[in-house]
Amino acid sequence: MSEGNVQAGTLPPSPEHTSSFKMISSLGAAGAAAGLLIVLVFGVTKEPIERYKAEVLRLAVSEVLNDPARYETLYVTSDGAIEASVPAGTESEAKKIYVGFDADGHATGVAVKDGAAGFQDIITLIYGFDPTSGKLLAMKVLENKETPGLGDAIEKDLAFVSQFEQATPPLAAVKRSTGAPGEIDAITGATISSRAVVRIINESLARLRAPIEAYFSQASAREEALP
Amino acid sequence: MNASHRIVTASPHIKAADDTPTIMWSVVASLAPVVASAVYFFGPSALLVLAASVAGALAPEALLGNRGARSLRDGSAIITGVLLGLTLPPGIPLWMAFLGGAFGIGFGKLVYGGLGQNVFNPALLGRAFLQAAFPVAITTWPAASKNWWALQGDNFAFPLMSPKVPDALSGATPLGLMKFEQTSTPSLDLILGSTSGSLGETSGLIILVCGAYLAARKHLEWRIPASILATVAVFSAILYAIDSAHYPSPVFALFSGGLMLGAVFMATDMVTSPVTHRGCWIFGVGIGLLVVTIRLWGGLSEGVMYAILLMNALVPFINRATQPRTFGALEAESKP
Amino acid sequence: MKETTGQEDLLRGIWRENPVLIQMLGLCPALAVTNNVENSLAMALATLFVLVGSSLLVSLCKRFIPGEIRISVYILIIATFVTVADLTLQAVVPEIHKALGAFIALIVVNCMILGRQEAFASKRPPGRALLDALGTGAGFAIALVMLGAVREILGSGSFLGVSLFGPSYEPWIVMILPPGGFLTLGALLLCLAWWQERQEVKVSG
Repeated sequence: MSEGNVQAGTLPPSPEHTSSFKMISSLGAAGAAAGLLIVLVFGVTKEPIERYKAEVLRLAVSEVLNDPARYETLYVTSDGAIEASVPAGTESEAKKIYVGFDADGHATGVAVKDGAAGFQDIITLIYGFDPTSGKLLAMKVLENKETPGLGDAIEKDLAFVSQFEQATPPLAAVKRSTGAPGEIDAITGATISSRAVVRIINESLARLRAPIEAYFSQASAREEALP
Repeated sequence: MNASHRIVTASPHIKAADDTPTIMWSVVASLAPVVASAVYFFGPSALLVLAASVAGALAPEALLGNRGARSLRDGSAIITGVLLGLTLPPGIPLWMAFLGGAFGIGFGKLVYGGLGQNVFNPALLGRAFLQAAFPVAITTWPAASKNWWALQGDNFAFPLMSPKVPDALSGATPLGLMKFEQTSTPSLDLILGSTSGSLGETSGLIILVCGAYLAARKHLEWRIPASILATVAVFSAILYAIDSAHYPSPVFALFSGGLMLGAVFMATDMVTSPVTHRGCWIFGVGIGLLVVTIRLWGGLSEGVMYAILLMNALVPFINRATQPRTFGALEAESKP
Repeated sequence: MKETTGQEDLLRGIWRENPVLIQMLGLCPALAVTNNVENSLAMALATLFVLVGSSLLVSLCKRFIPGEIRISVYILIIATFVTVADLTLQAVVPEIHKALGAFIALIVVNCMILGRQEAFASKRPPGRALLDALGTGAGFAIALVMLGAVREILGSGSFLGVSLFGPSYEPWIVMILPPGGFLTLGALLLCLAWWQERQEVKVSG
């Protein structure tokens, strides 16, 4: 065998022309086998993956709503109405909110997941809001790619995170808090990330506060109407 | 024909007594007043930090430099060390200053082949590394102490360990105050240097005088600092005229942060700046525009370091684009 | 082509023709996900799985793959194994899957894997292809763990999550950021080149 025959481009040795049928059929067969395998693995892994995702969400919601007895997923539609479900296919247009209830069935607060650009990339967070008192319950950063050791303190710095408990929106990120309600001390060296967190909550509430408050006043009216 | 490669320009040539060590040592000498002002403002901490960064710069040169002895004696590593030290806050742990110097020389100079081969200014590369590695320590400015002898921070933190957080944080340099709290600092304080900041970030006036001395001795290309400072002044004056509430005044822009130090001592590094006069103007204007852009619209409060490093990367292209034509070559080419 | 023994096939990829350190292949994952040892290991194992699976299958099926469309078929096979690895990691170790992100899916475009199919598995019996894939995958793993170890020790002061220097260690944050990957790889290659040069001097002197 001469050296020339073993170059990459000439192997494996094949007849001058492979028929189109053979090419299509072998690619088709390989594709079908691959598809079958993937569907099989997908079927096996689907359940644990979804269970994990639901668990992560459940933990986050209970954390920012101070351990409600149960919570319900509701949708805020683009025209501001709150619905228990939306027509299939339009979920992406509506905003999901999670309303928490205590053991007696009273609505205690609402958790909202939202995100916007931080210093590096999108920051995603969830916050709990109590429309009755008009105060935040808690804030938890779910995803961030901020600078490790600096900007990512918005997730890990407990002193920063705990400031959101009982804060009155609209919030303001400041360098030195004067004690006014709604003031959040920005993290030293991570002012931009801190401001992004505050901005996400402010903008999210500006959009959702009215429908949420309307829903809660209706809910309490319904409760009073009942014996 | 081989000899023709050596001919740079037409004769006559002047034979000068200047060689690399002479120039380097005169730069070291002209840095002395800047160092002295740093010690005046920040006390013994300033000297310690400078000593650590110089030691850091010399260490890889002594260990790994090909002609170790020579490159030690020509003083270039000492300049790198001093310049790096001047960009650091006085309270930084000494081991960090040492590491920055070692990184700057090791990865910024020796891996390229030593003096004259590097693309980026080694002092700024060391500083960029420290900024990326220890972003908190390098932006911690302890409040000025009443006692001149007192250390400015936890200089003696054990190597690889975090510094203790100082009791009182002044929190911000003039640029930081501007960016995050929209407060300006009085111009006189800025010019004389009685502000919080890195060692060499304080007295713009002294740096200007030292630069003028070097330029007069022709050890410094005056076109570079002139074009940087002019660009910053003009660009900020335009913005200030448009919206004086939002943008700082040109005087503030010129005398705050590390602009003076960068423009006079770092951008003018002979190895990493263009060789042609036209190239120097382009280089300087580019740095000036980048400095203002990063300071005003970037995430960081100071942009001199990245502005110079970015323009360093463009120097080979600037050199090629501004190569003077051989006399008569254009005509010869245009005629068929 | 020189005939090689099975032992050579296995050992070649581990060190002498290490995919990352010598051939400079698969640098994207080697730089992107090696910010700690755990991620490096997970990426290395996922890649090893894909490489072994694809090499074995390509070698078994080589007679049925027409030459004209062989690259398409190799990519199809590789992509299938990557999807399997992706879903499995997501189901079994979701935290690591989250840390590795899109880079698991990007194993498809790791030129090291396609290279082994084209250069080796498509011409050799399955046994040899398996040995070669194991060796190359192990070499890739060694390089990734070396990178991950340096970056985790300096960048977080820990190894496999175990703190090495106590709580007051000041992490070199740059090492767990993307520039740290380039710096570490550069420094590793520098040391390797220096070591090789010394070996050559020894041999010739």
